[in-house]
Amino acid sequence: MSRVASLLRASLAGVLLAAFSFALIGPLANLALWSVAERWYTPYKLPVTYGTRYWEQVFRPTGDAMASLGTSVWIAVLTVVVALALSVPAGYALARLKLPMRSLFMIVFLLPQAFPSVAIYINVARIFYKLGINGTVLGVVLVHAAHGLVYSVWIAAAAFAAVDKDLELAARNIGASALRTFFTVTLPLAAPGVIASGIFVFLESLDEFTGTFFVGVPQVMTLPLLLYNAAMGGNYQVASITALILLVPSVLFMLFIERFLRADVLAKVGA
Amino acid sequence: MLRKRGIMSLSQRQLALLLIAPGLSLVAVLFLYPLCFSLVSAFTGPEGGFSLQAFRKAFELYSGDILFTIVIVVTSCALTALAAVAIAGTLTLDENPWVVGTLRALYRWPLFIPFIVAAQCMRTFLAKNGLMNNTFVSLGLIEPLQAVSYLDWRGIIITFVWKQTPFVALLLAGALASLDRATLEAGRNLGASRLRVLIELALPQAMPTLLVALVLTFVTMLSVLSVPMMVAGSQPTMLTVDMAFRINAYGDYATANALGVITYLISAGAAVLYLRHGMAKESAP
Repeated sequence: MSRVASLLRASLAGVLLAAFSFALIGPLANLALWSVAERWYTPYKLPVTYGTRYWEQVFRPTGDAMASLGTSVWIAVLTVVVALALSVPAGYALARLKLPMRSLFMIVFLLPQAFPSVAIYINVARIFYKLGINGTVLGVVLVHAAHGLVYSVWIAAAAFAAVDKDLELAARNIGASALRTFFTVTLPLAAPGVIASGIFVFLESLDEFTGTFFVGVPQVMTLPLLLYNAAMGGNYQVASITALILLVPSVLFMLFIERFLRADVLAKVGA
Repeated sequence: MLRKRGIMSLSQRQLALLLIAPGLSLVAVLFLYPLCFSLVSAFTGPEGGFSLQAFRKAFELYSGDILFTIVIVVTSCALTALAAVAIAGTLTLDENPWVVGTLRALYRWPLFIPFIVAAQCMRTFLAKNGLMNNTFVSLGLIEPLQAVSYLDWRGIIITFVWKQTPFVALLLAGALASLDRATLEAGRNLGASRLRVLIELALPQAMPTLLVALVLTFVTMLSVLSVPMMVAGSQPTMLTVDMAFRINAYGDYATANALGVITYLISAGAAVLYLRHGMAKESAP
């Protein structure tokens, strides 16, 4: 009796896992199929002819895609620099120093993500237009940095909070200055979390669509905007290939995230 | 001695404020200022001065879309929470290493997939002749003539849940993993089922993390422009698309900002929930 029950249980778990895998991987498989489909129309369940014609088109050195990729990576790198320069000191202050109104400040950093951003971006675009930085890389970087700041500040604060205070005290006791303690003890121990926050910001910037749509267009053409234009123009192959390019850094990070973001740091995020 | 300590703690406070100031100013310039701008614009009439005209127009033209947006976001959040609890709970409490291993290897895949890529995936996957319907037909689950396109409100919800579940599940699983195992084991030893241990012992302790994740998810869904634009083209649509349309087609900032204020109010519900929780925690000893 219990053997039948456990067999039933196991097969139920198997069916659920299979359905789960299909739901997760199916959409990605469809994307991959479109990227190598030269012709695919209605009655056929799979592409009629396969080929790499569109890959060659996208990867031509003079093509739009390579230029957009370059723009996207450049913007993402600048965004990380800006965000980390602001969030490492802020995260340390939030985690370690006596800060009046601490939870208010935590929420201020959350605000750009706690408000629906489209309404903000249309007004940012209006302000940038007056300042003459609409449609420039600088404008897009600023928008991306403000948006990513909650991740970098909160994760940096969690990483600093997870550093054992006794180690800092030990360094101070043997005569290290506060600054030296920070750079030789606290920062190296918090580094995995800070790096993780940097990667978060990098990916956020690389994938950001809405802000660039309002602030960057038409001069700054990032990869997500290229993907959008291709998809709305009905070119599923170029859209799918662009999407696959955007997936590479995301998948890499997903494979390595746990090395950077340990459970004890994760549990302190937002606390 | 006392005086010296007073000065020291004062300087530490000043240092803290100094360290946090640059980050705060970026948020002030790129968020608070445009926010005020949008509020002023929404409540200003065509001849200047206070007016509710923009809201009247917004409700006249878009009341259907306002309701549509609320239903989509609340439903998606509820389904995301359910799926995330199921995944994180299985990861924490299931004893079958095979199930846990497979799930752990799989569930994070959509986590860092950009919304726009998810939208493009779903545009093809959920179409009438997409891989989903084709697979169902091949498995004999549906007849070829029964295949329908899911590229409408269902598509938006499916895309949102698909994309956001791993985020909520990852944070929740992290919180569950750092709980005291002994309490959970004790619950199991006293004869409680795994489901009961999850719901009555584990989840209440992990609630702060779950709430933060859900608030972020809620607002993210209210902010995403690409998914409603790409997955569901026609009317009704979400407020983000309406705002972009008012700006790009008419340059009508007043109505767009009025719609913006309405989305603020929708997300205010979620924010209040989070703030209340934070305050309850702070006042606790």
